[in-house]
Formats: sequence, C-alpha cells, structure tokens
Amino acid sequence: MDDMESGIVKKFMFVNRKAPHGTVYALEVLEMVLISAAFDQDVHLAFLDDGVLQIKKGQTPAGIGVKNFSPTYRALEGYDIEKLYVEAESLAERGLTEDDLLVPVEVLSRAEMGKLMAGMDVVLTA
Amino acid sequence: MSTLHTVNKSPFERSCLDACLGHAQPGDAILLIEDAVIAALSGTAFEGKMADAAKTLKLNVLGPDLAARGLDPAKVIKGTHVVDYAGFVDLAAGTRATNAWL
Amino acid sequence: MAYTSNGAAIEADEEGYLTDINQWNEDLAGQIAKDEGITMTPEHWEVVNFLREYYSEYQIAPAVRVLTKAIAKKMGPDKGNNKYLYELFPYGPGKQACKIAGLPKPTGCV
Repeated sequence: MDDMESGIVKKFMFVNRKAPHGTVYALEVLEMVLISAAFDQDVHLAFLDDGVLQIKKGQTPAGIGVKNFSPTYRALEGYDIEKLYVEAESLAERGLTEDDLLVPVEVLSRAEMGKLMAGMDVVLTA
Repeated sequence: MSTLHTVNKSPFERSCLDACLGHAQPGDAILLIEDAVIAALSGTAFEGKMADAAKTLKLNVLGPDLAARGLDPAKVIKGTHVVDYAGFVDLAAGTRATNAWL
Repeated sequence: MAYTSNGAAIEADEEGYLTDINQWNEDLAGQIAKDEGITMTPEHWEVVNFLREYYSEYQIAPAVRVLTKAIAKKMGPDKGNNKYLYELFPYGPGKQACKIAGLPKPTGCV
C-alpha cells in the first residue's frame, strides 16, 4: 500500500483459472480487479484453464438462480483495464475460439503466457 | 438396478469425472451438472473419453447449467440427453441409487 | 430497513440501498432523495437515469471516476466533471446517486 501511495506503479496480474458460477472465485477476483483500478497500477488479466469460460459469450445463469456478472467484464475498459490475455491451449482444449469471447483479448500461447507472468511484480491466481 | 452418478466439477480441474467413469457399471446413468457440463460438449479434450463412455452409460447434462455458461445444448456429444430440473428428478427416481461424485 | 412505496414495503440494507433493484420506481427515488436532503431536478434525474442504464448494461454500479468519465463521453465535459456532479450530489455521486437510482453501493466504495 505504501508503494501505491508513493506513486510507484507495479505490474499486477490477476490469473483466472476457474469456471464461473460453480464456485465464487471468478466473481471475487472480478471485484478485486475493479477495486484495484482505483490504485492506478499496471493491471493485467489472464484467463487460462477453465478461467477462459468466465468470458464466454451468451451466459444466462438466471435458470440456476445466479447473478449474471459476465457483462461486467465489458465494463473493464471504462476502468482503464484493457490488458486482457487468453491462453490459446486452454481455448482449444475446450473447443472454443476467440470468437466465443465477449471482450477483446490478446491470445497467447502457454509459453508466451508463462513469460508474461514472469515479468510481473505481483501475481494473484484463483 | 442401475445407479445415477452426478458429477459437478470440471474435468479440467478435478479427477471426479474420471473416477466416476472408471467405476460406473454398464447401464448406469451419468448426469453432468454445474462446472462439469463442459464435458458434455463435442470439440473438447474429453470428447473421446465421453464418446467411449456413451457406449455403455446413459449420458445426461443439465440444461440450465449449460445455459448459465453460454454453452450450446445443440453441441453436446451425440447420444447425450439435455435434461431440465424435472428430468433430473426423473433420473433420480428411475434409478436404484444416486452417487454424487463431489 | 425498508421503504414504503404505493403501500408496499420495499427492503433496503442498513445504509438505505435497495436489496432488489427491480423494486425501484420513481416515487421511491424521490423518497430516498428526500432522505438524502436532495430535491430532484431534471439534472439529477439525468444522472440517475444514466446510472440505471449503466447498471443494466454492465451489472455493476460504477466507481465515481468511471461514472464521471462515462458521463463526459455521453453528455460532454460540462457535466462529466467532479464539480458538476458533487454540486448535484454533495455527499458523492457514487454513494447518493446510486442509492437514489436503486443500485447497490459502488464496488470498492467504503
């Protein structure tokens, strides 16, 4: 927190690995990301493994009694959070393509994602 | 004399589905719910395994959980039945026992 | 706590934010505004309606900074600035306007 107040900008990465709706992790991380925007840090979001499902188009969870928070990913741009990365292998394993996603992202290979992660100051994975 | 097996975890994250498929007996019913519904779709890394399972087991997937995740019920693996909550109840009522692979 | 509108009790949390956004109506908005010491003018309604549209599109109450920027984009810099918005909602456009609009408290707002 001291660093944030002193104006030092760190590279943050939130790594999303869990499917939405079955557990609360995806929503909790999203809320953390929205709050982090207030600290003017260099925020990156990665979606890999089942995390790619968080930004799948066409989610309609009303039938299972869960709030649809997927439109909120589209609000991230307004919070100046525009560095979104998706792992190509994770999409392919699930039969998905970039067209299935509801926000613009940069698709990276697993190897590229690993390198990007290695360059971060703070990585938070859930 | 059959059993209904429910699986609610993603096969990409946990081994519950593998364990279930390894123990289910021919003629048993499988119902994929919650984060497990991704396994019902064609085109995933689990398609081969599920297609094999479909030869001896009755595969089902819960429709509202597919819809919640934006997954297309028209893309489920051949032979998989998309059921609603009433269908879930019918499956449970039509089998001798239920086993939830949590 | 709860409000009463058209003879029906409408639930709110301890700070007065509606529990269910679908129970909102204009009469209720007027009541909440009055509790906040605000007399609704067309300028207040413009911001409240903007917030409701934002919520319906993104399913969140925006942070003040984001709201200000979004209003500037849609209505111009004369309205999309802190001075204008704080004059309308002295205790914070995030807190007060969201409450009047029936939205939850903005995420990250303490």
